[in-house]
Amino acid sequence: MTARPIIEVKGVHKSFGANTVLKDVSVQVEQGEVVVVIGPSGSGKSTLLRCLNGLEKPESGEIRIEDRSLLVAGAAITQIRSRMGMVFQQFNLFPHLNVLRNITLAPVQVRKLEPAKAEELAMSLLGKVGLSEKAGHYPASLSGGQAQRVAIARALAMEPHIMLFDEPTSALDPEMVGEVLAVMKELAAEGMTMVIVTHEMGFAREVGHRVLFMEQGMIVEEGTPQKLFDEPQQERTRAFLSKVL
Amino acid sequence: MHFRFDIIVDYIPLLLKGAALTIGISALAIVLGSILGLAVSFGKMSPRWYLSWPTSGYIHFFRGTPLYVQILIVHFGLVPAFIGHTDAVIAAITALALNSAAYTAEIYRAGIQSIDKGQTEAAQSLGMTGMQTMRFIILPQAVKRMIPAFGNEFIVLVKDSSLVALIAAPELMYWSNVMRGQYLRVWEPYLAAAFIYLILTYSLSKLLGWMEKKGVAG
Repeated sequence: MTARPIIEVKGVHKSFGANTVLKDVSVQVEQGEVVVVIGPSGSGKSTLLRCLNGLEKPESGEIRIEDRSLLVAGAAITQIRSRMGMVFQQFNLFPHLNVLRNITLAPVQVRKLEPAKAEELAMSLLGKVGLSEKAGHYPASLSGGQAQRVAIARALAMEPHIMLFDEPTSALDPEMVGEVLAVMKELAAEGMTMVIVTHEMGFAREVGHRVLFMEQGMIVEEGTPQKLFDEPQQERTRAFLSKVL
Repeated sequence: MHFRFDIIVDYIPLLLKGAALTIGISALAIVLGSILGLAVSFGKMSPRWYLSWPTSGYIHFFRGTPLYVQILIVHFGLVPAFIGHTDAVIAAITALALNSAAYTAEIYRAGIQSIDKGQTEAAQSLGMTGMQTMRFIILPQAVKRMIPAFGNEFIVLVKDSSLVALIAAPELMYWSNVMRGQYLRVWEPYLAAAFIYLILTYSLSKLLGWMEKKGVAG
């Protein structure tokens, strides 16, 4: 018997007012898989990602994370979230806390880690993202690329089973995109389950195990990067790729 | 006109006693009003109608009616209803605190809602509960932005506390009224009172300016 997918999305609908953003979306992600979601702006890809950790609530459908439903009443949503890291386009670091405290806050408050243990963990994660010397700095003094790497370290400090990335490089100056992607590549190589919304097609091709192309709230096509980028089956996929590649 | 400093000097002990009570009443009203105001602001921001409606009504009532009227209602109605008789100081503190809570509630709400939504989302994505998010992420950032507005509110409250002379709470204004009654003179008692209020509000604004610079709770 094979293990169930770590993320299961079935028939999810989501609308904001009269505007339908997700139409009957179903997708599964296996443990250790890196899934990249691409598509034009407004295609619903960020909304799909935000639904995965409950930042948005779909009107109907089912979302299961590690075999636990996210949408039933009284779902242990904070518990599910604590095992799922999220990295935002705008970093969303806590400006009133220094880098170290940004990383240790949730492990201490949510995982109830000893502060000393949390600091040790934070320092090792800062080493991993190459920012050990920034531990005492405040977010305002970091460059975009550094801020995003701290945000990744902050999410990793919860020792999540899944990492969600919502356009992590879209707000960065071009010369800083590489340093963030390098950290993400390393995570993927370690076997982290990742769902990434991005416009970095080269990265999608190199790191993704599977690519989903979304448009108008639907998954139009999915497949391995080779298949999707080199032999797209759908006209809409071809039209999109011809614009961005 | 001859300005009689000598009667001011005679009254200094009583004026200072009154000023001390003004400070005491204002300080207690500020503390109680700020605590109650925080609860009211949470109520008003709640998506649950049975929390948001009453708190919203509370704010409308206390901001939309004169403090003068509120003091009388509290003094002759509310306080006797709870303790059987009335007490000017208790009524003064209660009325000012209830009034101040309505204003501070809106200061809290504006401060909290001024914090970027991404902060809440980041905290939630780390598994923090609503309470933890409020305590560790939102309030520490919001409080800094609220300090100037709180400063204004506190200064208004110190000045408004003069209205409780109406119910004979023996604070600064009460004693300057007594002074006018004794000497049948207006300039000395009221200018003395005005001067003391000015010292109080000026010191308070300096203190708040210093707190703002220090970045309290930073």
